[in-house]
Amino acid sequence: MSLDALLAILGMAAVTYAIRAGGVALASRLPETGFIATWMRHLPGAVLAALVAPAILAGGPAEAIAAATTALILVLSRNLFAAMAGGVLAVYLARLALGT
Amino acid sequence: MHAPAPHHGRDQFWLGIRMFTPVAISIAAYGLVWGVLAGQAGLSVAEVALMSGLVFAGSSQFVVLDMWMPGSLPIASIVIATAIVNLRILLMSATLRPLLAPLPRWRALGATFFVTDESWAMTMTEIRKGGAGVAFFLGTGVLSWLAWMLSTLTGRVLGAFIDDPARYGLDFAFTATFLALLLGMWKGRGDLVPWIVAALAAIATSRLVDGNWYIIVGGLAGSLAGAVAEWLKERRHVA
Repeated sequence: MSLDALLAILGMAAVTYAIRAGGVALASRLPETGFIATWMRHLPGAVLAALVAPAILAGGPAEAIAAATTALILVLSRNLFAAMAGGVLAVYLARLALGT
Repeated sequence: MHAPAPHHGRDQFWLGIRMFTPVAISIAAYGLVWGVLAGQAGLSVAEVALMSGLVFAGSSQFVVLDMWMPGSLPIASIVIATAIVNLRILLMSATLRPLLAPLPRWRALGATFFVTDESWAMTMTEIRKGGAGVAFFLGTGVLSWLAWMLSTLTGRVLGAFIDDPARYGLDFAFTATFLALLLGMWKGRGDLVPWIVAALAAIATSRLVDGNWYIIVGGLAGSLAGAVAEWLKERRHVA
């Protein structure tokens, strides 16, 4: 391993851990009720929605079909793995069928 | 999925591991993909182990592969890109405060190492149901770390044999996992405003701004919109 690679990886690790620990340090200065608390409660879903929406939009018809399949399986089965595996299988089959 | 919540720490730890197993399998799927791509980018097996083990943040590891040029590594750019992609974890760590607050400071700081999208999402869901303790979170975190380590190393070693992960649909595992996690969080119409605003803000930002800022912008915009919507509703009730 080169010194450059070692420095890059250690730098990535340090900055990532600082963010993880920093969140907890920041949180102790935030109130537990009211507007801020409501906002914090909505963070989980909003961050996930922000993570997923552009990824789905960036895909083609095969990815759209697979996303719909993932959603449908989750709503019907409430099973995370079934939804994930179904989505991957759907994208594989849809790409075969659509030739993309 | 609906087992009663045990309060004993060790039971909570194993409950976390059991419930996280399906997610760990999907993590392993894109860990495998990352390992293959890392090999193509020129990372050695030791570098893969060190990065997966110490950084332990998938999306940032995907992003830096584009910048990885052995021989002339842009170290500063790699570290800055990592910080930007992982900045969203700040918000996640903050929401785990109720779990970590009762712990001694050094243990709370140690536990934050395991904050990832998946462990955090599942733990938040369990907190809402009233069942998760810090041991549950650590169970999901330790299993997540093991799945990530083993799968990225396996991908790196077997990389020569899987030359095109997208051909097997494995590139979609990331999106499918996060979509399923999101929909599993649905608890009523109050989620509609924050989710739609988050999605639209993220899409607009991803078009206008380079990098992973769309995750932070969308997450902040959506959650603020949800809080404003609830605040307006309460005011109407009072008036």
